[in-house]
Amino acid sequence: MKREVPLFITFFVGTLLIASVFIPPAESWGENFSVYFDIIAVFAFFLGGGNLLRIHLQKVASKRPDWGYSIVTLVAFLVMLAAGLFKLGNPGGISGNLTTAQSWFQILFQNIMSPLGSTMYALLAFFVASASYRAFRAKNRDATILLVAAFIILLGRTPFGTMLTSWIPPQYDLLQVPNLAIWIMSGPNLAGQRAIMIGIGLGIVSMSLRILLGIERTYLGDDR
Amino acid sequence: MTEALVVTGTNLGVVISLALIAGGVIWLLVRSLKGKEVERRVIFGFVLIAVSAPILFPITFHEQISPVVKAVFDKIESLPAGSTVAISFDFDPAMAPEVQPMANAFTRHCFAKGHKVVFLSIWATGQSLLTSTLDTVVRREFPEKRERIDWVNLGYKAGNQGVLNVIVSDLRKMYPTDVNAVPLDSIPMLAEVKAFRDLSLILAVGGGFPGPKEWVLYVGDPGNVPIAAGAAAVTAPQLYPYYPRQLIGILGGIKSAAEYESAMVDKYPQFDSVDKPGLRMMGPQTLAHMVIMMFIIIGNIVFFRSKRMRSQL
Amino acid sequence: MKRSTYIVMAVMALLFAVSWYFKAATYHGNVMSPLVAGFMITLAAFLTLAIISFVYQDNPFYKFAEHLFVGISAAFWMCQSFWSTIVGNLIPRISTGLSKYFGQPYRDEPWNFVYWLPVILGILLLLRLSSKIGWVSRWALAFIVGTTAGLSFIRYLRSDFMEQISSTMVPLLAAGNSGESLLSNITLSATGPFVAMLTNWVIFLGVICGIVYFFFSKEHTGLFGRASRVGIWILMITFGAAFGYTVMGRITLLVGRLTFLYKDWLGLIS
Repeated sequence: MKREVPLFITFFVGTLLIASVFIPPAESWGENFSVYFDIIAVFAFFLGGGNLLRIHLQKVASKRPDWGYSIVTLVAFLVMLAAGLFKLGNPGGISGNLTTAQSWFQILFQNIMSPLGSTMYALLAFFVASASYRAFRAKNRDATILLVAAFIILLGRTPFGTMLTSWIPPQYDLLQVPNLAIWIMSGPNLAGQRAIMIGIGLGIVSMSLRILLGIERTYLGDDR
Repeated sequence: MTEALVVTGTNLGVVISLALIAGGVIWLLVRSLKGKEVERRVIFGFVLIAVSAPILFPITFHEQISPVVKAVFDKIESLPAGSTVAISFDFDPAMAPEVQPMANAFTRHCFAKGHKVVFLSIWATGQSLLTSTLDTVVRREFPEKRERIDWVNLGYKAGNQGVLNVIVSDLRKMYPTDVNAVPLDSIPMLAEVKAFRDLSLILAVGGGFPGPKEWVLYVGDPGNVPIAAGAAAVTAPQLYPYYPRQLIGILGGIKSAAEYESAMVDKYPQFDSVDKPGLRMMGPQTLAHMVIMMFIIIGNIVFFRSKRMRSQL
Repeated sequence: MKRSTYIVMAVMALLFAVSWYFKAATYHGNVMSPLVAGFMITLAAFLTLAIISFVYQDNPFYKFAEHLFVGISAAFWMCQSFWSTIVGNLIPRISTGLSKYFGQPYRDEPWNFVYWLPVILGILLLLRLSSKIGWVSRWALAFIVGTTAGLSFIRYLRSDFMEQISSTMVPLLAAGNSGESLLSNITLSATGPFVAMLTNWVIFLGVICGIVYFFFSKEHTGLFGRASRVGIWILMITFGAAFGYTVMGRITLLVGRLTFLYKDWLGLIS
């Protein structure tokens, strides 16, 4: 029951989805199983929320270090949950659009979640700059190639690159930095990314087969 | 590509920005050559100044459209008026400064050409950001466009690629109603659209998972629908292998958004007065790139100098 | 807490109050009341500054903002998926009463009872929180894994393998766009036939050499080794391009946040 049933479910669902591509009348099976998948995915979000509650409640109950911050997480979670589930402030009522501009859910998103999320990633600008100064060295031939390519892209993606090399005559315009940047992207970058993509693609296909055939079972965990 | 740049903005801003940066870079070079440690917070300060100065004293440029961006612009131009186009908002606030200008420009372009637009999202955060586009672009700039006749908001569905796998062949199975619980069968503009493979074009705006790549894998290739990507800069290079066969064009990062906005103004001068965040951001972007390039150069000068000194000992 | 901490907290509270007052007084929108709008814009600005403060060093303001983000975003994803998929897709197929309550049109279809299957599997998934019968969540997990594997198998094989091989088979000796001989027009014009052919050669050889580099079942010596070497160079250019684009992306995000602070909060620019 613990291993055989899950292995059968995996094989059955996966094979059915593959078959639905080759058998046109079976197309709707694939669609239906995708809808079921989407519904289960929502339960996975609930599981994530439940887990978050459990972990932070345990932290508060046992007064572990920084337990005060867990209260912040719990309060934020419950306030947003109430705003979303009860559609607080929503002019359309229970059947209205959840993200109407006047709804509390949207107001909290715009003024708390949005600035926090975008600033966290914006911080990386500082660290990328610091890394450029401290670690981006032409130590050998490979590193030099990487550095030169990055330099051309950085210059070519700004109007400054155009200003610097706009004097180059049209018959040699590939040597203008913006054009060189475009060429790097659609030539060598494309080739390198394609080589990586083919490798990853083959990896995913073979891993999918291993999972469907029950050779790969790590997702089941152990039996303890 | 050689078209002359049009630089506008306050001269004071340009002078202040360049003077600050030039002075700082010289100081950094001298200090580095003396072998003194430069505190990381000083580097952070440089970045802050390089980005802040052109925001406070705006410098704007006219951008020349590149071929990979032009392909998307031309595709929207070439579709007959009244074609149904989907714009998918698959991003979160962390990507929004880069890709929302693209989504806004696509929306503007589609409406200017008289296309009907299906808005949707396969990221939960996308639906909230879509609300902002509907309020600031659709309702403000195109008040004559009516909901469910000229455009429809389908909203978000959970399930990532599972959603795409269904809508490519049966839209109503996944989206029985629009975001306001109005049945799709009663929406006039979707009478002929039974599945996403019936659409004239899909504009996938995003950058994470699921994003433009999944649109190619689960909708574009199996449904034979033209797809164009508006992608965050981090993921744009990974999409090039799909261009031009599986993706008709790619907008990668804010530079491409600025190029698209420039092309829009060239073709439709009435949009000259609207907010163009892509073009607005290119000033700070340019200065920040220059500062980072200077960091790389100074770092390497110091590296080679110390290497030579070590070999002489 | 130290005295200096209290002083910092008091200064922050004062600044917050001043900002709230001024933002409320200058609010012209109609979405919220001025008092709420002033509070929200000020809160957004202070949270932005709290996160930026991390570049100086880790501090309580950053930790507060970080924990706030975790709580808010977890609830955000839960609510969105509940309303969009549970209310939008599931309820209209399993319950007329609930459909009516949520204002959703009921879909009367013959096979609706099958929709109890994902509900049961979903409940099994939630049982993962139990230490005694948590193992039954594997059944739901197996469904998720099986679906993902089944979907990925065909799509990746087609789009990321076969289509990519096919797109690499490009003409290596092409005539110019206008039909003239290639050798009659050797220019470095970005749109010229010579550059088009050069690009095709780079793509063709670059992909092969890149794949050769990733092939570890044969020792990288001789011709194979040289191809692998070229593969590394191509990959280095690829990573360089990716770095350039990453820098661009991160700077844009910073521009976005600083524009918010200078424009929407401080009103320094129009």
